[in-house]
Amino acid sequence: MTWSEMSPLLWEATGQTAVMVGWSTLFTVLFGLPLGVCLAGTDRGGLFPAPAVRRVLGLIVNVGRSLPFIVLMIAVIPLTRVLTGTTIGTTAAVVPLTIGAVPFFARLVETALREVGRDVVQAAEAMGAGRVRIVTRVLLPEALPGLVAGLTVTVVTLISYSAMAGVIGGGGLGDLAVRYGYQRFETTLMVVTVVVLVVVVQLAQTLGDAVARRLSHR
Amino acid sequence: MITVSGLRKAYGDVVALDGVDLHVGKGEIFGVLGRSGAGKSTLLRCVNLLERPDEGVVTVDGRELTALGPADLRRARRRIGMIHQHFALLSSRTVAGNVAFPLEVMGVGRAARARRVAEMLDLVGLADRAGAYPAQLSGGQKQRVGIARALAAEPSVLLSDEATSALDPATTQSILALLRRLNRELGLTILLITHEMDVIKAVCDSAAIMSAGRITEAGPIPDLLAKPGSRLAAELFPLPPAEPGTVTVTLAADQTLLSRLARAYDVEVALAGGAVEPVAGVPAGRLRLRITGAGTAAALADLRERGLLVEEDA
Ligand SMILES: Nc1ncnc2c1ncn2[C@@H]1O[C@H](COP(=O)(O)OP(=O)(O)OP(=O)(O)O)[C@@H](O)[C@H]1O
Ligand SMILES: [Mg+2]
Repeated sequence: MTWSEMSPLLWEATGQTAVMVGWSTLFTVLFGLPLGVCLAGTDRGGLFPAPAVRRVLGLIVNVGRSLPFIVLMIAVIPLTRVLTGTTIGTTAAVVPLTIGAVPFFARLVETALREVGRDVVQAAEAMGAGRVRIVTRVLLPEALPGLVAGLTVTVVTLISYSAMAGVIGGGGLGDLAVRYGYQRFETTLMVVTVVVLVVVVQLAQTLGDAVARRLSHR
Repeated sequence: MITVSGLRKAYGDVVALDGVDLHVGKGEIFGVLGRSGAGKSTLLRCVNLLERPDEGVVTVDGRELTALGPADLRRARRRIGMIHQHFALLSSRTVAGNVAFPLEVMGVGRAARARRVAEMLDLVGLADRAGAYPAQLSGGQKQRVGIARALAAEPSVLLSDEATSALDPATTQSILALLRRLNRELGLTILLITHEMDVIKAVCDSAAIMSAGRITEAGPIPDLLAKPGSRLAAELFPLPPAEPGTVTVTLAADQTLLSRLARAYDVEVALAGGAVEPVAGVPAGRLRLRITGAGTAAALADLRERGLLVEEDA
C-alpha cells in the first residue's frame, strides 16, 4: 500500500476516533462529575452523608467497572437504539463508550475530591458557606488539578476503548488496524496506525499533564 | 459575648467534653490552656457548632446557636471569625482570593469586596503579596492571611485554635501584637487556645485550664494568680522544687514591697527562684524566698496583709 492510498484511510479513521472520543468525553464529564461528587459527598464525614445512597451508587459504579468493555458494548445495544435510533456506527459507539467511562471517571473524581483537606472544607463551613457553595467554590476548584489528571487518564482509556468500537461499526484507528493489518495482512498500514495511536495518546497525556501542572498552586 | 453551659461531647467511648461552662465577656481576650487531648479544640469547635455538642447550650453575641436552624446558623457563623491551627487556606486561590471568600459568602459586591480585601491585607502587612498563592508564603505569612480572612467579614468574635504554635517566637510576638491591637481598636472578643504560656502572659485578660474534658480553673488572670494552689500560677511561673523553710509569694499587682521587708523587719531575704513579668498589664509573678531572722513571722503577716498570696513550703 502506498502512502497516497493509506492517507485518506488514516484521516477518516482519525476523524472517527476523534468524534467518538470527543463526544464520549463530553458526556462522561457531564454524568461522571456529579456522580463523583455524590460518591464523595455521601460518605461518612462527607458534606451530605447518606450511607444507603452511597452503597447503591458504589454498587452501580463497581458493576460498571467490572464489566469488560467488549461485553458492555453488546449489552447496552438496546439502550443505544433508544438513544440514537441506531445500533451501529460512530454515533452509536458514543453510548457504550460513555457508559463504560462514567464509572471509571466518577471514581477518579471521588479520589480527587477526597484529597481536598477536611480543614479547608470546615473553614468554609465556619465562614457560613452552604453546601452548594462549598462544592462549587471550594471542593471543585481545590481538586481541579486532580480532576484534570483524572480526565486525562479517562481520555486515554476512551481512546483505547474506541479501538474496540469496530465491533459495532464505529470505525476509528483501532478498527482500521484490525481490518487492514490483521484481516488483509497490510502490515505497513497496521504499523502506521499503531504509531498514530501512540502519538495521539502521548499528545493527550502530555497536554493533560501540562494543564494539571499549570492549574496546581500547591 | 460567648456563654457556654453544660457542654458535653463524646466520640464513642472518649468523652471529649464533660460538662463545660464558660463565659467570655465582651472585648475580652480569653485563653484556654490544657494538655493535649484535654478537649480544647473540641470546645472551640463547639462554639461555632462545627462540632455539635451532645448536650449543652452555646450562646454567642446574644444568639443561642444551639437552637438555630441551618440557614440561621450559617448567618450567625458569618459574625464569628475563626483562625485555624494549620491555616486551612484555599490553595487554588491567591492571598486576596482567600481573604475575599467570606465576603463572597456574605454577598458583598465586587467593588466593596476589593476595597475590604485591600484594607485587611494592609492591616496584616501583606498588601504586597495579594497576588501570591499560599504555597508561596511562609508560615507566619499564611497565618496572617488566615487572620485577615477571619476578620474580613467584621466578626464580633474571633476563635483561634493554636494560631501561633507553628510559628517562631518573633513571628508569634508580631501575631499576638496584632491580635491585641485588633482587640483594643475594634473591641473584638477573642477566645484562643494555646499551649504556650507566653501567649497567655502576652495577651490574655482571662484564662481557663482544661483537663480531661472539664474546666478546672477559670477567671481573670490576676484573680487566678491570687488563688492558693492555682495551677495557672504554677504553669505561668514555674519554680524550682520547694525546700523546707522557703515561702512562695505570688504577686499580681504593682508591688515593690520585697526590698522594704528587709528594712522594716529584722529579716534576711534570699531569693531562691522565680520571675516577675507583666501579665494582663500588671506585673505578676511567683517568687520563692528564704526569709530568716527574728522578724520572719511579722514580715510574712505584712505580705499577707498587702494582699499577696504567701504559701509556706513544707
Ligand atoms: N473527630 C473525633 N473523633 C474521635 N475522637 C475525637 C475527635 N476529635 C477529638 N477526639 C478526641 O477527643 C479528645 C479531645 O480532643 P481535642 O482535639 O479537643 O483535644 P485538644 O485539647 O485540642 O488537644 P491538642 O492540644 O492535642 O490539640 C481526645 O481524646 C481526642 O482523641
Ligand atoms: Mg487541639
